[in-house]
This record gives sequence, structure tokens and C-alpha cells, in this order.
Amino acid sequence: MALSNVTERSKKSTGSKVAKANKSTKSKKSLALPKALLLQMHSLMVKSRVLEEHLIKVYKAGDAYFWIGAPGEEAWGVPLGLLVHKGQGPQYDYLHMHYRATPTMVALGMPMIDSIRLIMNRATDRSTGGRNFSNHYCYPEWNVVPVSSPIEVQYGTAMGTAHVQRRTKGHALTIVTGGDAGTAEGDFASCLVWASRPGAELPILITVQNNKWGISTSYDTQHGEKHVADRGKAFGIRTAVINGNDPIETYLALQAEMAYIRKTRKPVLLEAEVSRLYGHSSATGANLIPEKDCLRDFEKVLLQHDILKEKEIKQIWSDYDAEAVQARQQVRDEPVPTPESVWDHVYANGENADWRKF
Amino acid sequence: MAEMRQAIRMALHYAETHLDLKDIFGQDVGAPLGGVFTATQGLKTSWNTPLDERGIISMATGIAMTGDRCVAEIQFADYIFNTIDLLKIAGNTAWVSNGNYHLPMVVMTPVGAGIRGSVYHSHSFDAWASRLAGWKVVMPSNSLDAYGLLLSAIADPNPVLFLKPKALMRVRGEDLIPGEPEDQKDLKNRIDAPVNDTRGKWSPKWPDLEDYRVPIGVAKTTRAGNDLTVVSYGRHLLMCNKIADDMKAEGRSIEVIDLRSIYPYDWQTVKASIQRTRRVLFVNEDTDVTNFGEHLALRATQECFYELDAAPRVLAGKNLPGIGLHPNLEENSVPQTRDIEAAVRELLQEVP
Repeated sequence: MALSNVTERSKKSTGSKVAKANKSTKSKKSLALPKALLLQMHSLMVKSRVLEEHLIKVYKAGDAYFWIGAPGEEAWGVPLGLLVHKGQGPQYDYLHMHYRATPTMVALGMPMIDSIRLIMNRATDRSTGGRNFSNHYCYPEWNVVPVSSPIEVQYGTAMGTAHVQRRTKGHALTIVTGGDAGTAEGDFASCLVWASRPGAELPILITVQNNKWGISTSYDTQHGEKHVADRGKAFGIRTAVINGNDPIETYLALQAEMAYIRKTRKPVLLEAEVSRLYGHSSATGANLIPEKDCLRDFEKVLLQHDILKEKEIKQIWSDYDAEAVQARQQVRDEPVPTPESVWDHVYANGENADWRKF
Repeated sequence: MAEMRQAIRMALHYAETHLDLKDIFGQDVGAPLGGVFTATQGLKTSWNTPLDERGIISMATGIAMTGDRCVAEIQFADYIFNTIDLLKIAGNTAWVSNGNYHLPMVVMTPVGAGIRGSVYHSHSFDAWASRLAGWKVVMPSNSLDAYGLLLSAIADPNPVLFLKPKALMRVRGEDLIPGEPEDQKDLKNRIDAPVNDTRGKWSPKWPDLEDYRVPIGVAKTTRAGNDLTVVSYGRHLLMCNKIADDMKAEGRSIEVIDLRSIYPYDWQTVKASIQRTRRVLFVNEDTDVTNFGEHLALRATQECFYELDAAPRVLAGKNLPGIGLHPNLEENSVPQTRDIEAAVRELLQEVP
């Protein structure tokens, strides 16, 4: 069957290439992506990591009420952002993400300062106007629909944009991201059912970033299925499980699966195994946890292949750090939302929503 | 004169041909049946979904995120409760996204008792709906208003909940919908599928319908009077009209206001009437603890206190877990005509 297990394919091809590359001693030909792309991915991964670590500092400095984010998911999120057909409307890809979206947003082109405005609830926060937590992004010009705190609802709304794309001529698709814990919710099952209705299949990349944790509850104590992706097989949905800590494997797998969806207009369920480097959120301390660090591992590979030098890597980190410091300084002086702004945007076109004024 | 289910069908047809409505969907709303009340029969953009209310609301939200207009149906309001957080999200999307996303979606669902629907086909939703900030909520009491409110709902850039009083679905209106043939049989032959059409081969011959909007947020005074104001909506509005008509013979002059929109609501019409009659009764059939009528009664009390001759009153459903099937149970759970009449008489006799 054409829906055969991509896991196998990825192990045999991309996965093995990466494995060889990691083990090889300076076999410069063995990396499967061009140097310019590797450098771009690395730079964006650093940018996202530096940004997230600054968001944590903002929280710890008392300049934010809460932090939640995605340090440790850069090898997953950056390739995803780079492969998106970016634009507004059903001719472009839609992104229904959860609250670990910074790497993808950075790869799409979001300036650091936007994320800092969001965590510091400034009036200049273009995603939510100071209303919501960090990492709750919204960018209509890139089809990034509002990130919502319930960890399952994006699997449902994704069906709607994919439905519109199905009847729209073109190759655009819908991407939905979420964590492993959220897949226990019914909306994840809804997504599998609705994406695979016979004759009405949806062009949707259903993804799960499995970091093996739901706050402090481990995946292994709550899930009998070995891989979340296995659930797709019952629906005839093509599935894949990838090492989301490897940016090269991730890029190649996403590229292949997105190409499949663009061509066939059928769904894929892709599970990426990822790390969670600073725990769930500030609610669990936001301290560094010794898990596999995709960025440091990637840097080792780039050093081995003479793609980057130690000095250059340090420079990249320090340039982004300076950018973040400057952005934090700027945001600190920006205005906060006015009390009256609670009434803004309840309804479209400034229509009054306050019954006291009916 | 069209039945309400025919009026809804005609509005949906008008919208899919004139207002760029692209999807009408829900459990069993597509061919051949077109819904258990046949309110979506014969429409070109209607389709059947899995039996999944959360999926239906999510699908509508996602479609609306692209800017496309859709009408989703939850087969009975009794089954909408597992979507309540999704309704909250649809209601907060424009606000939480700082105005970046507006959702031009309509959810319609049959509500209320009155057809012996027992525990899971009798729920009301108006009080619950009034707490879904960011939504507009409407509920017609007749076919013409159903047509006009549904077109306004579909054209609105915000999420709109269209509550269908299920006991009125087969009730004929008193007014013609613009473009509707005058002969009821002609209309039936044109737009009602033959009863034995189980394969969906039939197709409707739609009359040449015209645009007609009932603005959201505008009430209608259905009976003019000076002694007492009665505010209601949906099927209970018709009961209130009947009481006003019946008591006219006794020389009682009762004003009846059809609210039509639960949110935003037409307070100025209600307030002006209360200030004139100095007595007010709010009638609906949702359960009476934290009832929408309570909100209106509180407001009447606060804003008209020194002009009132009687304490504002709410007559609503009893605060019970469900509506029992036996008529003795149902009729003692939600307001009946006799209950409304009794409340009206008590209010008229009340001395400050």
C-alpha cells in the first residue's frame, strides 16, 4: 500500500544518512542538505533558543506573569517554518499551532521583539494586544491562526482550513502541531476521522511533538500505544515517526510528507520525538533539564564537517543575544494596554458589545 | 405562508446563491433527508458530517478562519453541551487575536420543549448562550423573522447562534417571505422533497426569493398595550400574543415584545415600554436559576425602579435536570399558557 510506513523509509534513507553523518569523522559529503540551508537552519535555531532563554529571563526578572515556550524543539520547528508556503488565504499553508511555536515563528520571519512584546503584555503586542500568554502567536498574513491554551482544539480548527483548501485549486495544505499529552483529547480523534472521510480526505499535516511529558505526567504512564502515529494507521492515514531532535532528518521528512500532501491532497500523521529543555513552563520552574539538546548536537555535526567554526558559532549566539537585550530594553518602555481596551474587538468593526450601552 | 422549516431552507438557499454561503453541514443535514426537520433539504452546499459535535463546531471555526461563510448545525441543543469550550473559543477568537481574525460563522440548533421530546430533545440554550461573549444570539418566533434573522446572521462578520424553536418548525407564518408563492401547495410542490424520495434524486424548484433582513439587536412589538409589558421570544412569544389577544375582551391592554435577539438585545425598546406600562414580565423556558430573563429583570429594576408599579417578574423553566416525557412532567417543567396568564393577572393586580 502507498500508505506504507514512512518510519521504515526514514530509517533506511534519511535517518541512516544522519546517523552516519553523526558518527563519521569529517566525511564532508555525507550531510544530506546544502551548506547554505544548514547554516540558515542553525542560525534560526540559535535565534529561537536565545529568544526563548530571554523570555525565561524576562519572566524571572519579574517582567512577565508567565512563561511557556519551546526551547529544545528548534530542530523540529525551524525546518517546519522553512518549508511552509507562507502567505495569507487558502492558497497558502495554514498553521494551527500550540504554545511551543517560537522556532517555527522565527523561521517564518518573526522579529524577536514581537515575542517579547507578547510575553510582556504590551499594547504593541500584535498577536493578542496584551491579552494572552507567551508563545500564543497570531499572524494572519502568514495564516498563523491564534494559538489557544487548550491543548487539543487546534486539531479541530485545522480541519476547517484544510476543508477550504481541499476545494481551492492549488497545492496549499494545513499544518497542525500539538503535544503528545493533548492527543488523549477527543479533538485529536476527530481530526483523524474527518481528515480521512472517504472521497473527502483533507490536505493536512497532522503532527505531534512527543516530548514524553504532560506537565509532570509521563507519557508512558498514560498511553498504551507505542507511537501516537500508530493511531493513524487505523484510518488509512500515512504515518511517520521521526527524530525531531535531528534538524536534517526532520527537514527531509517534512519535505517528503508535505510534497506528498500537496500532490495527493491526502493527510499525513507525523510524530516527532523531541526534548523539553526547560520543563513545561514557568509553573514548573523553567530551569534547564538535562535532556538531549538538538542545537548543541547539531553544532557538533556542523563543526565536524567544517561548516562552522567554534568562533563563528559563538559570534552567532552573541549577536542574537545582543538583539534580544536591545529588544527587551525597547519593550520595557513601550505602552501597556489601556483598561478601556478590554472592549476592543469583541465584535468586528468596533461594534459595541457592552450591554450597558445597548 | 411558509412553515418555519421551509423559511429556514429558503433563507439558506438565498444565502448560498446570493451571500456566498459555501457550506451547510452537520449530522444528517445533507441529502436525502436534509435534517430531521428537513430545514436543510434540497440545498446545493449541504453535506453530512460524522456524528461529532466537537468536529462540527471546530470545522465551522476553521472554515470561518479562511473568511468563508458557513452554517453548521447541531441536531438538537441537547447535544451542543460537549462543544461549550469550542463555542467559547469561537466567541473569543476576534478578541484574543486583537482583531486579527473574525469568524463569520453561524451555528443553528433546535431548542426547547413542546414536542414531547423527553430528556435529550427538550433542552433550552438561550441562558447558556447569553454567557458566550463574542457571539450574537438570535431566536425567531415566526417564519418571516426566521428568514430575515438567518440572512442577517449569515451576513454578519461575527459568530451567530441561531436558536430554532423546534415546536415552531412546522408552524406557518402569517406573513409572506418576499418572493414566496402565495399558494402553500405551490410552495410545498416546489421545495418539499416527496416523502418516498430516499435516494435524493429529487431536486427543488426554488421560488425567486428576495433579500430580506431582520437586523440583529432589534426587537419587535407584536401587541401594543398600556397595562403591562411582556417580553419573550421563540415559541413562548406566541403564547404571550394569545394571552394579550384573549385578555383584550376584559379590557386589559397588554404590550408584547418579541426580543428576537438575545445578544445584543434591544434594551431601548424594552425600557421605553416598561416606563410606559410600569409593569413587566419576562417569559422564556430555560431553567430559572441564572436565567437570561433575570438579567433583564435586574436591569429593569435598577433602571426603572422608581417608575414601577410592580416588581419585575421572570417566568421560566423550573430548575430541573431535564424535561420528563410524560405530559404531566413536561407541562410542570416549562411555562404553559395558563402559567403565563396567571403571572400576567398577578402582575396586573399587584399594588405598590
